[in-house]
Amino acid sequence: MGEFRMPSLGADMEHGKMVEWLVKPGDFVHRGDVVAVVDTDKTVMDVESFEEGVVAELLVDVGTTVPIGTPLARITQTPDDDAGAAPAAEGAAPAAAHVPPPVRHLAHQLGVDTSKIRGSGRHGALTRADVEHAAAAQLPSNAPAPHALAVSAAPHRAHVRSSPRARRLAKELGVDIGMVPGTGPDGAVTETDVRRAPSAAAPPAPEPPVPVPAPQKEVPAVGLGQPLPTSEPQDRVASLRRSVGSLMSRSKKSIPHYYLSTTLDLGAAVAWMEQVNLQRPVASRLVPSALLLKATALAARENPEVNGFFTDGDFRPSSSVHLGVAVALRHGGLVAPAIHDADTLAVDVLMQNLRDLVSRARAGHLQRSEMADPTITVTNLGDLGVEAVYGVIYPPQVAMVGLGRVVEQPWAQNGMLGVRPAVTATLSADHRVSDGLRGARFLARIDELLQKPEEL
Amino acid sequence: MNEQDARQAVHTAIGQVAPDVDLDGLDEASRLRQDLELDSLDFLRLVETIDESTGVDIPERDYAEVSTVKGLIGYLVARG
Repeated sequence: MGEFRMPSLGADMEHGKMVEWLVKPGDFVHRGDVVAVVDTDKTVMDVESFEEGVVAELLVDVGTTVPIGTPLARITQTPDDDAGAAPAAEGAAPAAAHVPPPVRHLAHQLGVDTSKIRGSGRHGALTRADVEHAAAAQLPSNAPAPHALAVSAAPHRAHVRSSPRARRLAKELGVDIGMVPGTGPDGAVTETDVRRAPSAAAPPAPEPPVPVPAPQKEVPAVGLGQPLPTSEPQDRVASLRRSVGSLMSRSKKSIPHYYLSTTLDLGAAVAWMEQVNLQRPVASRLVPSALLLKATALAARENPEVNGFFTDGDFRPSSSVHLGVAVALRHGGLVAPAIHDADTLAVDVLMQNLRDLVSRARAGHLQRSEMADPTITVTNLGDLGVEAVYGVIYPPQVAMVGLGRVVEQPWAQNGMLGVRPAVTATLSADHRVSDGLRGARFLARIDELLQKPEEL
Repeated sequence: MNEQDARQAVHTAIGQVAPDVDLDGLDEASRLRQDLELDSLDFLRLVETIDESTGVDIPERDYAEVSTVKGLIGYLVARG
Protein backbone atom coordinates (compact mmCIF):
# COMPACT_ATOMS: atom_id res chain seq x y z
CA MET A 1 0.00 0.00 0.00
CA GLY A 2 1.45 3.33 -1.00
CA GLU A 3 0.41 6.83 -0.28
CA PHE A 4 0.40 9.75 -2.63
CA ARG A 5 1.39 12.75 -0.55
CA MET A 6 1.35 16.50 -1.02
CA PRO A 7 4.78 17.01 -2.58
CA SER A 8 7.15 19.86 -1.91
CA LEU A 9 7.21 21.95 -5.06
CA GLY A 10 9.90 24.33 -3.95
CA ALA A 11 12.15 25.02 -1.01
CA ASP A 12 9.76 27.52 0.51
CA MET A 13 6.50 25.64 0.05
CA GLU A 14 4.69 24.72 3.26
CA HIS A 15 1.27 23.74 2.05
CA GLY A 16 -0.70 23.23 -1.12
CA LYS A 17 -4.29 23.36 -2.20
CA MET A 18 -5.89 20.51 -4.15
CA VAL A 19 -7.33 22.10 -7.26
CA GLU A 20 -8.31 19.07 -9.28
CA TRP A 21 -8.07 15.30 -9.20
CA LEU A 22 -7.20 13.81 -12.57
CA VAL A 23 -7.78 10.27 -11.33
CA LYS A 24 -10.56 8.53 -9.48
CA PRO A 25 -10.68 5.41 -7.29
CA GLY A 26 -10.14 2.36 -9.44
CA ASP A 27 -7.80 4.11 -11.88
CA PHE A 28 -4.43 2.54 -12.53
CA VAL A 29 -1.57 4.97 -12.29
CA HIS A 30 2.01 4.57 -13.41
CA ARG A 31 4.91 6.24 -11.76
CA GLY A 32 5.16 9.65 -13.38
CA ASP A 33 1.50 9.93 -14.39
CA VAL A 34 0.01 13.33 -13.70
CA VAL A 35 -2.66 12.66 -11.11
CA ALA A 36 -3.59 15.99 -9.60
CA VAL A 37 -3.38 19.73 -9.99
CA VAL A 38 -2.06 21.58 -6.96
CA ASP A 39 -2.04 25.29 -6.20
CA THR A 40 0.91 26.54 -4.17
CA ASP A 41 1.08 30.10 -2.95
CA LYS A 42 2.75 30.96 -6.19
CA THR A 43 1.58 28.87 -9.05
CA VAL A 44 -0.65 26.07 -10.17
CA MET A 45 1.17 22.89 -11.08
CA ASP A 46 0.58 19.42 -12.42
CA VAL A 47 1.70 16.79 -9.91
CA GLU A 48 2.71 13.26 -10.82
CA SER A 49 2.53 10.06 -8.80
CA PHE A 50 5.66 8.45 -7.39
CA GLU A 51 3.74 5.24 -6.83
CA GLU A 52 2.42 2.72 -9.25
CA GLY A 53 -0.82 0.90 -8.67
CA VAL A 54 -4.53 1.32 -8.36
CA VAL A 55 -6.01 4.38 -6.69
CA ALA A 56 -7.92 2.93 -3.73
CA GLU A 57 -9.18 6.10 -2.13
CA LEU A 58 -8.89 9.86 -2.45
CA LEU A 59 -8.22 11.31 0.99
CA VAL A 60 -8.40 15.03 0.29
CA ASP A 61 -11.25 16.91 -1.32
CA VAL A 62 -10.81 19.49 -4.03
CA GLY A 63 -10.46 22.92 -2.49
CA THR A 64 -8.71 21.68 0.65
CA THR A 65 -5.36 23.15 1.68
CA VAL A 66 -3.00 20.76 3.46
CA PRO A 67 0.64 20.83 4.67
CA ILE A 68 3.26 19.13 2.52
CA GLY A 69 3.61 15.43 3.29
CA THR A 70 -0.11 14.99 3.96
CA PRO A 71 -1.41 11.78 2.36
CA LEU A 72 -3.68 12.72 -0.53
CA ALA A 73 -4.61 9.30 -1.84
CA ARG A 74 -4.06 5.64 -1.07
CA ILE A 75 -2.54 3.66 -3.89
CA THR A 76 -2.64 -0.12 -3.89
CA GLN A 77 0.40 -1.64 -5.55
CA THR A 78 -1.56 -4.53 -7.02
CA PRO A 79 -5.29 -5.04 -6.99
CA ASP A 80 -4.92 -8.08 -4.65
CA ASP A 81 -2.94 -6.09 -2.19
CA ASP A 82 -5.94 -4.57 -0.58
CA ALA A 83 -8.74 -7.06 -0.57
CA GLY A 84 -11.04 -4.74 1.27
CA ALA A 85 -10.98 -2.00 -1.27
CA ALA A 86 -13.86 -2.69 -3.54
CA PRO A 87 -13.21 0.23 -5.88
CA ALA A 88 -9.88 -1.27 -6.80
CA ALA A 89 -11.58 -4.12 -8.54
CA GLU A 90 -13.84 -2.00 -10.67
CA GLY A 91 -12.38 -0.93 -13.95
CA ALA A 92 -8.96 -1.76 -12.67
CA ALA A 93 -8.21 -4.55 -15.12
CA PRO A 94 -5.55 -2.17 -16.09
CA ALA A 95 -2.91 -4.44 -17.41
CA ALA A 96 -4.89 -4.37 -20.64
CA ALA A 97 -3.16 -1.62 -22.53
CA HIS A 98 -0.25 0.56 -21.67
CA VAL A 99 -1.28 4.20 -21.55
CA PRO A 100 1.65 6.60 -21.54
CA PRO A 101 1.07 9.54 -19.18
CA PRO A 102 0.67 12.22 -21.85
CA VAL A 103 -1.93 10.09 -23.58
CA ARG A 104 -3.70 9.44 -20.31
CA HIS A 105 -3.74 13.16 -19.68
CA LEU A 106 -5.21 13.80 -23.10
CA ALA A 107 -7.81 11.11 -22.54
CA HIS A 108 -8.78 12.75 -19.30
CA GLN A 109 -9.13 16.10 -21.00
CA LEU A 110 -11.20 14.73 -23.81
CA GLY A 111 -13.30 12.67 -21.45
CA VAL A 112 -12.29 9.37 -23.00
CA ASP A 113 -12.30 6.16 -20.95
CA THR A 114 -9.00 4.53 -21.91
CA SER A 115 -10.13 1.10 -20.77
CA LYS A 116 -12.72 1.08 -23.54
CA ILE A 117 -10.46 1.74 -26.48
CA ARG A 118 -8.01 -0.46 -28.29
CA GLY A 119 -4.44 0.71 -28.64
CA SER A 120 -2.77 0.80 -32.01
CA GLY A 121 0.76 1.47 -30.76
CA ARG A 122 3.50 -0.99 -29.93
CA HIS A 123 2.28 -3.90 -27.82
CA GLY A 124 -1.18 -2.45 -27.96
CA ALA A 125 -0.20 0.79 -26.26
CA LEU A 126 -2.63 3.65 -26.66
CA THR A 127 -1.54 6.58 -28.79
CA ARG A 128 -2.77 10.14 -28.92
CA ALA A 129 -4.49 9.35 -32.18
CA ASP A 130 -6.43 6.49 -30.56
CA VAL A 131 -7.70 8.81 -27.90
CA GLU A 132 -8.56 11.56 -30.35
CA HIS A 133 -10.45 9.11 -32.53
CA ALA A 134 -12.34 7.81 -29.55
CA ALA A 135 -13.16 11.35 -28.48
CA ALA A 136 -14.40 12.23 -31.94
CA ALA A 137 -16.43 9.05 -32.12
CA GLN A 138 -18.18 9.53 -28.85
CA LEU A 139 -19.18 13.12 -29.46
CA PRO A 140 -22.13 12.62 -31.77
CA SER A 141 -23.69 9.91 -29.63
CA ASN A 142 -23.25 11.62 -26.29
CA ALA A 143 -23.89 15.17 -27.21
CA PRO A 144 -26.27 17.07 -29.39
CA ALA A 145 -24.75 18.16 -32.66
CA PRO A 146 -22.58 21.15 -31.94
CA HIS A 147 -24.33 23.40 -34.39
CA ALA A 148 -27.69 22.71 -32.81
CA LEU A 149 -26.48 24.34 -29.64
CA ALA A 150 -28.22 27.64 -29.94
CA VAL A 151 -26.88 29.78 -27.20
CA SER A 152 -30.29 30.56 -25.81
CA ALA A 153 -31.18 26.89 -25.63
CA ALA A 154 -28.22 25.92 -23.54
CA PRO A 155 -29.04 26.40 -19.90
CA HIS A 156 -26.44 28.39 -18.07
CA ARG A 157 -24.83 26.58 -15.20
CA ALA A 158 -23.08 28.33 -12.37
CA HIS A 159 -20.95 25.36 -11.40
CA VAL A 160 -19.27 23.68 -14.28
CA ARG A 161 -17.06 20.63 -14.17
CA SER A 162 -14.10 21.27 -16.40
CA SER A 163 -10.35 20.93 -16.54
CA PRO A 164 -8.12 23.95 -15.89
CA ARG A 165 -7.01 23.75 -19.49
CA ALA A 166 -10.57 23.89 -20.75
CA ARG A 167 -11.25 26.90 -18.54
CA ARG A 168 -8.13 28.61 -19.73
CA LEU A 169 -9.01 27.93 -23.33
CA ALA A 170 -12.53 29.21 -22.74
CA LYS A 171 -11.17 32.47 -21.43
CA GLU A 172 -8.78 32.76 -24.33
CA LEU A 173 -11.56 32.23 -26.82
CA GLY A 174 -13.96 34.46 -24.95
CA VAL A 175 -16.35 31.57 -24.38
CA ASP A 176 -18.60 31.50 -21.32
CA ILE A 177 -17.88 28.03 -20.04
CA GLY A 178 -21.19 27.96 -18.20
CA MET A 179 -22.93 27.96 -21.59
CA VAL A 180 -20.93 25.07 -23.03
CA PRO A 181 -22.54 21.64 -22.88
CA GLY A 182 -20.05 19.15 -21.50
CA THR A 183 -19.43 15.80 -23.10
CA GLY A 184 -16.81 14.55 -20.63
CA PRO A 185 -17.35 12.32 -17.59
CA ASP A 186 -20.34 13.51 -15.55
CA GLY A 187 -20.95 16.23 -18.07
CA ALA A 188 -17.53 17.81 -17.61
CA VAL A 189 -16.66 20.43 -20.20
CA THR A 190 -13.67 19.31 -22.22
CA GLU A 191 -11.22 21.25 -24.35
CA THR A 192 -12.98 19.95 -27.45
CA ASP A 193 -16.33 21.21 -26.17
CA VAL A 194 -14.85 24.64 -25.71
CA ARG A 195 -13.31 24.63 -29.16
CA ARG A 196 -16.64 23.75 -30.68
CA ALA A 197 -18.51 26.41 -28.82
CA PRO A 198 -17.45 29.57 -30.65
CA SER A 199 -18.76 28.31 -33.97
CA ALA A 200 -22.21 28.01 -32.48
CA ALA A 201 -22.08 31.12 -30.40
CA ALA A 202 -21.75 34.70 -31.43
CA PRO A 203 -18.28 35.75 -32.59
CA PRO A 204 -15.97 35.66 -29.62
CA ALA A 205 -15.89 38.89 -27.73
CA PRO A 206 -12.66 40.80 -28.29
CA GLU A 207 -11.85 40.25 -24.69
CA PRO A 208 -8.29 40.83 -23.59
CA PRO A 209 -6.51 37.53 -23.18
CA VAL A 210 -6.26 36.05 -19.74
CA PRO A 211 -3.63 37.52 -17.55
CA VAL A 212 -1.00 34.97 -16.65
CA PRO A 213 -1.82 33.63 -13.21
CA ALA A 214 1.44 35.17 -12.09
CA PRO A 215 3.23 32.08 -10.95
CA GLN A 216 6.20 33.36 -9.12
CA LYS A 217 9.32 31.70 -7.94
CA GLU A 218 11.82 32.68 -5.38
CA VAL A 219 14.47 33.88 -7.71
CA PRO A 220 15.81 36.99 -6.25
CA ALA A 221 16.44 39.77 -8.60
CA VAL A 222 15.16 42.94 -9.95
CA GLY A 223 11.70 42.57 -11.37
CA LEU A 224 10.06 41.13 -8.31
CA GLY A 225 8.82 44.57 -7.50
CA GLN A 226 7.01 45.02 -10.78
CA PRO A 227 3.33 45.77 -10.42
CA LEU A 228 1.07 42.77 -10.41
CA PRO A 229 -2.17 42.82 -12.32
CA THR A 230 -4.80 44.72 -10.43
CA SER A 231 -7.21 41.82 -10.78
CA GLU A 232 -4.91 39.70 -8.65
CA PRO A 233 -6.51 39.17 -5.26
CA GLN A 234 -4.69 41.05 -2.58
CA ASP A 235 -4.07 38.01 -0.40
CA ARG A 236 -2.38 36.23 -3.28
CA VAL A 237 -0.03 39.13 -3.81
CA ALA A 238 0.68 39.23 -0.10
CA SER A 239 1.40 35.52 0.06
CA LEU A 240 3.68 35.80 -2.95
CA ARG A 241 5.68 38.52 -1.26
CA ARG A 242 5.80 36.58 1.97
CA SER A 243 7.12 33.48 0.32
CA VAL A 244 9.76 35.31 -1.68
CA GLY A 245 10.72 37.24 1.45
CA SER A 246 10.99 34.17 3.62
CA LEU A 247 13.11 32.23 1.15
CA MET A 248 15.44 35.14 0.50
CA SER A 249 15.83 35.78 4.23
CA ARG A 250 16.70 32.13 4.70
CA SER A 251 19.20 32.30 1.85
CA LYS A 252 20.90 35.41 3.19
CA LYS A 253 20.91 34.10 6.79
CA SER A 254 22.27 30.66 6.03
CA ILE A 255 24.42 31.03 2.90
CA PRO A 256 27.68 32.99 3.17
CA HIS A 257 27.62 34.51 -0.31
CA TYR A 258 30.67 35.74 -2.15
CA TYR A 259 30.48 37.65 -5.41
CA LEU A 260 32.68 37.77 -8.51
CA SER A 261 32.27 39.52 -11.79
CA THR A 262 33.97 39.35 -15.16
CA THR A 263 33.42 40.62 -18.68
CA LEU A 264 32.74 37.99 -21.33
CA ASP A 265 34.01 38.72 -24.82
CA LEU A 266 31.14 37.86 -27.15
CA GLY A 267 32.89 38.88 -30.38
CA ALA A 268 33.27 35.35 -31.68
CA ALA A 269 29.95 34.13 -30.36
CA VAL A 270 27.87 36.96 -31.82
CA ALA A 271 29.66 36.85 -35.19
CA TRP A 272 29.08 33.10 -35.42
CA MET A 273 25.45 33.46 -34.37
CA GLU A 274 24.74 36.17 -36.94
CA GLN A 275 26.29 34.02 -39.63
CA VAL A 276 24.16 31.05 -38.64
CA ASN A 277 21.00 33.12 -38.34
CA LEU A 278 21.48 34.57 -41.79
CA GLN A 279 20.72 31.20 -43.33
CA ARG A 280 17.79 30.41 -41.10
CA PRO A 281 14.10 31.15 -41.02
CA VAL A 282 13.02 33.18 -38.01
CA ALA A 283 11.65 30.14 -36.22
CA SER A 284 15.06 28.53 -35.81
CA ARG A 285 17.19 31.61 -35.19
CA LEU A 286 19.35 31.76 -32.10
CA VAL A 287 19.64 34.48 -29.48
CA PRO A 288 22.84 35.17 -27.50
CA SER A 289 21.19 33.74 -24.37
CA ALA A 290 21.21 30.26 -25.89
CA LEU A 291 24.99 30.37 -26.32
CA LEU A 292 25.52 31.89 -22.89
CA LEU A 293 23.36 29.24 -21.25
CA LYS A 294 25.12 26.40 -23.03
CA ALA A 295 28.55 27.72 -22.07
CA THR A 296 27.39 28.15 -18.46
CA ALA A 297 26.05 24.60 -18.33
CA LEU A 298 29.31 23.15 -19.69
CA ALA A 299 31.39 25.20 -17.27
CA ALA A 300 29.16 24.05 -14.40
CA ARG A 301 29.72 20.42 -15.33
CA GLU A 302 33.47 20.98 -15.19
CA ASN A 303 33.27 22.83 -11.87
CA PRO A 304 31.07 20.71 -9.62
CA GLU A 305 31.45 23.08 -6.65
CA VAL A 306 28.88 25.38 -8.18
CA ASN A 307 26.46 22.69 -9.31
CA GLY A 308 24.46 20.77 -6.70
CA PHE A 309 22.66 21.04 -3.40
CA PHE A 310 23.75 21.93 0.11
CA THR A 311 21.52 20.07 2.55
CA ASP A 312 21.92 18.98 6.18
CA GLY A 313 25.41 20.42 6.47
CA ASP A 314 26.69 18.58 3.42
CA PHE A 315 27.28 19.53 -0.19
CA ARG A 316 26.20 17.00 -2.77
CA PRO A 317 27.44 17.86 -6.23
CA SER A 318 25.09 16.89 -9.00
CA SER A 319 26.25 14.73 -11.88
CA SER A 320 23.67 16.36 -14.15
CA VAL A 321 23.34 20.03 -14.91
CA HIS A 322 19.71 21.15 -14.65
CA LEU A 323 20.02 24.79 -15.50
CA GLY A 324 17.43 26.99 -13.80
CA VAL A 325 16.51 29.95 -15.96
CA ALA A 326 14.89 32.96 -14.35
CA VAL A 327 11.98 33.97 -16.55
CA ALA A 328 10.36 37.34 -16.05
CA LEU A 329 6.61 37.18 -16.33
CA ARG A 330 4.89 39.97 -18.17
CA HIS A 331 2.64 40.83 -15.26
CA GLY A 332 5.46 40.91 -12.77
CA GLY A 333 7.16 38.18 -10.88
CA LEU A 334 9.60 35.53 -11.90
CA VAL A 335 9.81 31.80 -12.25
CA ALA A 336 13.02 29.80 -12.53
CA PRO A 337 12.23 26.45 -14.09
CA ALA A 338 15.00 24.10 -15.19
CA ILE A 339 16.28 23.11 -18.59
CA HIS A 340 17.16 19.50 -17.84
CA ASP A 341 20.64 18.22 -18.76
CA ALA A 342 21.44 21.53 -20.42
CA ASP A 343 25.13 20.58 -20.70
CA THR A 344 24.30 17.72 -23.06
CA LEU A 345 21.95 19.59 -25.39
CA ALA A 346 23.00 20.93 -28.76
CA VAL A 347 22.65 24.72 -28.90
CA ASP A 348 19.69 24.44 -31.26
CA VAL A 349 17.88 22.05 -28.96
CA LEU A 350 18.66 24.22 -25.97
CA MET A 351 17.28 27.23 -27.84
CA GLN A 352 14.02 25.42 -28.61
CA ASN A 353 13.76 24.20 -25.02
CA LEU A 354 14.35 27.73 -23.80
CA ARG A 355 11.59 29.14 -26.00
CA ASP A 356 9.27 26.34 -24.95
CA LEU A 357 10.07 26.79 -21.27
CA VAL A 358 9.59 30.55 -21.37
CA SER A 359 6.27 30.34 -23.15
CA ARG A 360 5.01 27.64 -20.77
CA ALA A 361 6.27 29.55 -17.76
CA ARG A 362 4.32 32.57 -18.90
CA ALA A 363 1.22 30.52 -19.58
CA GLY A 364 1.45 28.66 -16.25
CA HIS A 365 2.04 25.18 -17.68
CA LEU A 366 5.21 24.17 -15.91
CA GLN A 367 5.82 20.64 -14.72
CA ARG A 368 6.61 19.86 -11.11
CA SER A 369 10.09 18.54 -11.85
CA GLU A 370 11.04 21.64 -13.80
CA MET A 371 10.20 23.80 -10.82
CA ALA A 372 11.77 21.63 -8.15
CA ASP A 373 15.18 20.54 -9.33
CA PRO A 374 17.48 23.15 -10.86
CA THR A 375 21.07 22.47 -9.76
CA ILE A 376 22.28 26.00 -10.56
CA THR A 377 20.32 29.05 -11.72
CA VAL A 378 21.01 31.76 -14.26
CA THR A 379 19.30 35.12 -14.14
CA ASN A 380 19.49 36.98 -17.38
CA LEU A 381 18.41 40.55 -16.92
CA GLY A 382 20.18 41.79 -19.98
CA ASP A 383 16.92 42.35 -21.77
CA LEU A 384 15.80 44.70 -19.04
CA GLY A 385 18.80 46.84 -19.73
CA VAL A 386 21.08 46.55 -16.70
CA GLU A 387 24.74 45.85 -17.15
CA ALA A 388 25.20 43.54 -14.20
CA VAL A 389 23.03 41.61 -11.78
CA TYR A 390 24.17 40.05 -8.50
CA GLY A 391 21.71 37.33 -7.62
CA VAL A 392 20.72 35.82 -4.30
CA ILE A 393 21.32 32.07 -4.25
CA TYR A 394 18.22 29.96 -4.26
CA PRO A 395 18.67 27.31 -1.53
CA PRO A 396 19.54 24.47 -1.53
CA GLN A 397 21.53 25.46 -4.63
CA VAL A 398 25.01 26.88 -4.12
CA ALA A 399 25.46 29.29 -7.01
CA MET A 400 23.65 31.83 -9.12
CA VAL A 401 25.00 33.26 -12.35
CA GLY A 402 23.90 36.75 -13.40
CA LEU A 403 24.11 37.88 -17.01
CA GLY A 404 23.73 41.52 -17.94
CA ARG A 405 23.01 43.28 -21.19
CA VAL A 406 25.01 42.55 -24.32
CA VAL A 407 26.71 45.88 -25.09
CA GLU A 408 29.31 47.05 -27.57
CA GLN A 409 32.46 47.95 -25.67
CA PRO A 410 35.81 49.37 -26.57
CA TRP A 411 38.18 46.45 -26.30
CA ALA A 412 41.96 46.52 -26.18
CA GLN A 413 43.77 43.50 -27.54
CA ASN A 414 47.34 43.02 -28.79
CA GLY A 415 47.97 46.72 -28.47
CA MET A 416 44.98 47.59 -30.64
CA LEU A 417 41.70 49.13 -29.63
CA GLY A 418 38.54 47.76 -31.17
CA VAL A 419 34.84 47.52 -30.48
CA ARG A 420 33.14 44.27 -29.71
CA PRO A 421 30.01 42.95 -28.04
CA ALA A 422 30.50 41.97 -24.42
CA VAL A 423 28.44 40.99 -21.42
CA THR A 424 29.09 41.23 -17.69
CA ALA A 425 28.74 37.87 -15.99
CA THR A 426 28.57 37.64 -12.22
CA LEU A 427 28.70 34.71 -9.86
CA SER A 428 27.11 34.58 -6.43
CA ALA A 429 28.42 31.45 -4.77
CA ASP A 430 28.29 29.67 -1.42
CA HIS A 431 31.50 29.99 0.62
CA ARG A 432 30.71 26.80 2.51
CA VAL A 433 31.29 24.94 -0.74
CA SER A 434 33.76 26.92 -2.84
CA ASP A 435 36.29 29.71 -2.68
CA GLY A 436 36.86 32.64 -4.96
CA LEU A 437 39.54 30.78 -6.85
CA ARG A 438 37.14 28.05 -7.92
CA GLY A 439 34.44 30.58 -8.66
CA ALA A 440 36.85 32.55 -10.79
CA ARG A 441 37.85 29.43 -12.70
CA PHE A 442 34.17 28.73 -13.40
CA LEU A 443 33.52 32.23 -14.78
CA ALA A 444 36.75 32.21 -16.79
CA ARG A 445 35.77 28.87 -18.28
CA ILE A 446 32.48 30.33 -19.53
CA ASP A 447 34.45 32.99 -21.37
CA GLU A 448 36.82 30.42 -22.87
CA LEU A 449 33.98 28.27 -24.11
CA LEU A 450 32.35 31.24 -25.79
CA GLN A 451 35.45 31.82 -27.92
CA LYS A 452 34.65 28.66 -29.87
CA PRO A 453 30.92 28.99 -30.36
CA GLU A 454 30.83 26.39 -33.12
CA GLU A 455 31.91 23.76 -30.59
CA LEU A 456 29.24 24.56 -28.02
CA MET B 1 1.66 46.83 -48.20
CA ASN B 2 -0.25 49.98 -47.28
CA GLU B 3 0.20 51.62 -43.94
CA GLN B 4 -3.14 50.53 -42.57
CA ASP B 5 -2.46 46.83 -43.25
CA ALA B 6 1.02 47.15 -41.84
CA ARG B 7 -0.31 48.78 -38.68
CA GLN B 8 -2.94 46.07 -38.35
CA ALA B 9 -0.33 43.31 -38.74
CA VAL B 10 1.95 44.91 -36.17
CA HIS B 11 -0.87 45.41 -33.67
CA THR B 12 -2.06 41.84 -34.07
CA ALA B 13 1.45 40.48 -33.57
CA ILE B 14 2.10 42.62 -30.49
CA GLY B 15 -1.27 41.54 -29.12
CA GLN B 16 -0.21 37.91 -29.43
CA VAL B 17 3.25 38.27 -27.98
CA ALA B 18 2.44 40.79 -25.25
CA PRO B 19 -1.27 40.47 -24.46
CA ASP B 20 -1.07 43.04 -21.69
CA VAL B 21 -0.13 45.91 -24.01
CA ASP B 22 -2.98 48.37 -24.53
CA LEU B 23 -3.17 48.51 -28.31
CA ASP B 24 -5.74 51.29 -28.46
CA GLY B 25 -3.56 53.67 -26.54
CA LEU B 26 -0.34 52.50 -28.19
CA ASP B 27 2.13 55.31 -28.78
CA GLU B 28 3.90 54.49 -32.02
CA ALA B 29 7.11 56.02 -30.77
CA SER B 30 7.21 53.21 -28.15
CA ARG B 31 10.39 51.17 -28.18
CA LEU B 32 9.68 47.46 -28.28
CA ARG B 33 12.31 46.46 -25.73
CA GLN B 34 12.41 49.34 -23.29
CA ASP B 35 8.82 50.59 -23.38
CA LEU B 36 6.84 47.47 -24.23
CA GLU B 37 9.28 45.29 -22.30
CA LEU B 38 9.68 42.61 -24.94
CA ASP B 39 12.70 40.47 -24.20
CA SER B 40 14.83 38.85 -26.88
CA LEU B 41 12.63 35.76 -27.02
CA ASP B 42 9.47 37.88 -27.24
CA PHE B 43 11.06 39.89 -30.01
CA LEU B 44 11.96 36.74 -31.90
CA ARG B 45 8.37 35.57 -31.61
CA LEU B 46 7.15 38.96 -32.82
CA VAL B 47 9.36 38.73 -35.91
CA GLU B 48 8.18 35.17 -36.46
CA THR B 49 4.50 36.12 -36.11
CA ILE B 50 4.90 38.99 -38.58
CA ASP B 51 6.69 36.69 -41.02
CA GLU B 52 3.78 34.25 -40.83
CA SER B 53 1.10 36.89 -41.30
CA THR B 54 2.73 39.13 -43.90
CA GLY B 55 5.48 37.05 -45.49
CA VAL B 56 8.05 39.70 -44.57
CA ASP B 57 11.10 38.04 -43.05
CA ILE B 58 13.09 40.62 -41.13
CA PRO B 59 16.76 39.59 -41.13
CA GLU B 60 18.83 40.12 -38.03
CA ARG B 61 20.87 42.95 -39.59
CA ASP B 62 17.68 45.01 -39.87
CA TYR B 63 16.65 44.61 -36.23
CA ALA B 64 17.88 48.10 -35.40
CA GLU B 65 15.42 49.59 -37.93
CA VAL B 66 12.47 47.92 -36.27
CA SER B 67 13.17 48.76 -32.66
CA THR B 68 10.06 50.94 -32.36
CA VAL B 69 6.43 50.33 -33.27
CA LYS B 70 6.67 53.07 -35.87
CA GLY B 71 9.88 51.64 -37.32
CA LEU B 72 8.30 48.23 -37.61
CA ILE B 73 5.25 49.59 -39.42
CA GLY B 74 7.46 51.60 -41.77
CA TYR B 75 9.59 48.54 -42.50
CA LEU B 76 6.52 46.53 -43.51
CA VAL B 77 5.21 49.37 -45.69
CA ALA B 78 8.54 49.48 -47.50
CA ARG B 79 9.04 45.73 -47.92
CA GLY B 80 5.62 44.11 -47.66
